[in-house]
Amino acid sequence: MAEIKVDCTGETCPVPLVETRKALRKAKEGDIVEVIGTHPASKKEIPMAVKALGLELIDVREEGGVWKITIRR
Amino acid sequence: MAGKATIIVHSGDMDKVYSAFIVANGALAMGMEASLFFTFWGLQRLKKGQLEKGPLSKMNILGLGKWMVKRRMNKAGATSLERLLQDFHELGGKILACDMTMQIMGIEKEDLRDDLISDYCAVGTYIDEAKDSTITLFI
Repeated sequence: MAEIKVDCTGETCPVPLVETRKALRKAKEGDIVEVIGTHPASKKEIPMAVKALGLELIDVREEGGVWKITIRR
Repeated sequence: MAGKATIIVHSGDMDKVYSAFIVANGALAMGMEASLFFTFWGLQRLKKGQLEKGPLSKMNILGLGKWMVKRRMNKAGATSLERLLQDFHELGGKILACDMTMQIMGIEKEDLRDDLISDYCAVGTYIDEAKDSTITLFI
């Protein structure tokens, strides 16, 4: 079970969403994908995509304008 | 969420091509299929070296307005059309080229980025794609 990190700090629409999807496609079932970023709308929209893809959203947290979203494929 | 987004890219204006790719990549990222049907001025952007060359749809002012908007986009961290196109391709998006536009405008396959184009087709293919789509747009 691998842990994949995606850094989208400073990136804006649609890059964080697209990079999350690219990482999830490469991940194997059970792998953890951790995305960090600063684009405010993506903090809401990545969890929407996780739901739409039927995957498990493990955690969403934010500190000092940087959010971290953890997903299990 | 399954479903599909089918978008006609009729405009070759830089800002509108951005809209088409952003919506399409968003759809792919959310687990949908996406097809972009390039026709008329939109198809010009699939010519080799022409993706980023479209004018701004309003206040282009011989390229000055486009230059200003591009500068602001870079400052805001907006991505390039080339990267959007590559991501679209990587996530399994389909690019269709209108063959009538090619005839009218004298465009040959060699003029286009053939490696990225899934099919050269006409309205029948668009309808066939669009009839099963939950989102269709004309840009």
